[in-house]
Amino acid sequence: MNFVVGVDVGTRMTRALVMDETGDERGRICQATGARLEVAAQQTLEELCVRHGIDRNLIVYVASTGYGRYRVPFRQIQITEMTCHAVGALRQFPGTRTVLDVGAMNSRALRIAENGRVVAFRMNDRCASGAGRFLERVAKSLEIELEQIGTLSLRAQDPQAISSICAVLAESEVINHVTAGKPVEDILRGAHNSIAERVVALVRQVGAQPEITVTGGVTRNVGMVAALEERLGSRVNVSADSEYAGALGAAILARQRWQRLQETSSSPERATA
Amino acid sequence: MLVAGVDVGSTGTKAALLDENKKVRALALVDTGANVVRAAERAFREALAIAGLEEWDVAFTVGTGYGRYRVPFGDTQITEISCHAKGACFLFPQTRTILDMGGQDTKAIRVSETAEVKDFSMNDKCAAGTGRFLTAAAQVLNLGLDDLASIASESKKPLKISNVCTVFVEQEIMMHLAKGCAVEDVLAGVHSAIAGRSIALLRRVGLEPEITFTGGVARNRAMVTALEERLKVKLNVAPESQHIGAIGAALFAWERAAHGEVGKTRANSNGSAERDQGRSLT
Repeated sequence: MNFVVGVDVGTRMTRALVMDETGDERGRICQATGARLEVAAQQTLEELCVRHGIDRNLIVYVASTGYGRYRVPFRQIQITEMTCHAVGALRQFPGTRTVLDVGAMNSRALRIAENGRVVAFRMNDRCASGAGRFLERVAKSLEIELEQIGTLSLRAQDPQAISSICAVLAESEVINHVTAGKPVEDILRGAHNSIAERVVALVRQVGAQPEITVTGGVTRNVGMVAALEERLGSRVNVSADSEYAGALGAAILARQRWQRLQETSSSPERATA
Repeated sequence: MLVAGVDVGSTGTKAALLDENKKVRALALVDTGANVVRAAERAFREALAIAGLEEWDVAFTVGTGYGRYRVPFGDTQITEISCHAKGACFLFPQTRTILDMGGQDTKAIRVSETAEVKDFSMNDKCAAGTGRFLTAAAQVLNLGLDDLASIASESKKPLKISNVCTVFVEQEIMMHLAKGCAVEDVLAGVHSAIAGRSIALLRRVGLEPEITFTGGVARNRAMVTALEERLKVKLNVAPESQHIGAIGAALFAWERAAHGEVGKTRANSNGSAERDQGRSLT
C-alpha cells in the first residue's frame, strides 16, 4: 500500500495528514512550528510515521502548503493554502461555498464553486489584527491559558469593546479594562468580537454564500466560533477536524496528482516520448 | 514658587518640577503599569523628594500624556502634542519639527517660531514604528531594552525587516536568527525599519529644520543615528529627552502660576501660608 501526505506548515503549528492510495485517512498530527521551518516539517513527518505506523519509504507523494510550504525539503509539490483549504473544507462539509480560514497570523475568506475552485478571496496578511495572535496577546496580558479563553468568553454578561485593531495596542486596552475592574469574561468576549468583526468584513468582501465553513487553528476556540456566528448572523460549519482542513486538502491534491502521474507514466505514448 | 508637569505615558510616567526662573529642579520617571493614578502620584512624590520639597510648595500642576485625566492632583490637562512642542522649543529654540517617539505611539509635530503647534501626524492605528517595536525585539532576543543600541551599532550589514506589524516582526526576527543571521544585523534592521516609519510621519508635516527628537526612544543612540543617516541632518537630542513632555507641561503650569492662578495641592493644604511662614522663620 502506498501513501500520500499533506503538510501544512503554518506560522504557529505544523500539521500533517497521511492518506492511503485509496483515499482513506490513516493518521494526522499537529506540532508547534517554531523558528526553523525545515526542521518543523521534517520532525512532523517523522512523528506522523512513527505514531501511525507508516513506512516512510511507502510515502510516494507529499504536497506542502501553508506559509512555510516552500521550506519543506521532502515535498513533491507546493500548493497555496487557499486551494488546500478550499478542497479540505469541501471534503469535510460538501455544502461549503464560503471558507473562512483564521490562523495564528493570517485570516482569509474564500468563495468557492461546487468543484472547490476558488472564485474570490480576500485576506489580511499585513498585520495581526483579526488573527489568532491577537487572542494570544490578550490571553497573555490577562495571564490566562489560551485554551481557556474561548470557554471563558462565553460567560460574558457585558462584553467590553476593544477599539484598537492593533494586537499590541489592544493589550493596553485590556489592561485598562482590568484596572477599571471589568470582569475577565467580558474583556475576553470583547477581544473575540473584535477579531470576528475584522474577519467577517473579509467574508462580506468576497460576497459570502452559505454554507460557511471555518477552518484554521482558531476553530479550536469555541468562543471564537460563537463570536463569528453572532457577527455573521448565521451558523457556520466547524468540527474537530477543521484545523486540519489545509493538510487534508493538500493530501487530497497530492493523491490526485500522484494518480495522474501513475496514469501518464503507464501510458505507452508518453513513455516513449 | 514651584510648578509641576506630569506626563503619564503608556509605558513611563514622568514628572518635572520647575522653579520661578524656569530652572528644572527635579525630574522623575516611574513605570506607568496598570494603575495610572498611582503612577502619577509616585512620579510626582519622587520629584518632590529629589527637590526636597512638599506638595504645598507646588503652585500649579499640569497633566499631560495619554493618562492626563487620571492625574488626581492635576489642575489642568494639556495634550502631549502641545507639551512636547513647548518643552522642545524651550530647550532648543530653533526647533521647527519635533519627532516624539514613545512606548506605543510616535508623533511628528510642526511648530511655528513661537512654539505654536501648526500641524501634527501620529500613528493612531497600530504600534508600528513605535518604542513597542523595540520592546518586542528586545523580548524575542532576550535582551534588555537599554542594550539594543550598543549591539545594533556594531552591525556591518543591517538586515532588511520587511514586516510592519510589531507582532509579525517578532516572528521575522526568530526566522532570521534561525537562519544564522547575526543579532547585531537583525537589530540594526529593526532600528532602520522604525526610522523609516517615523520619517514617513515627519514628511507628512514637512521636514523643516531644526528637528528635535523627544520621548523615551530618543535615549537610544542607534535610533538617533539611524534617523540622522536617513534624514542627512543632525537632530537635537537633550539629555532629558524623555522628560520633554513633562517639562513642557510644567512650563504651561509656570505661565498659569505667573498669572496668579493657584492650584489645588497648594490651596487644599490647610494653612499653607503659615507653613510657608514657619519655614521661613526656621
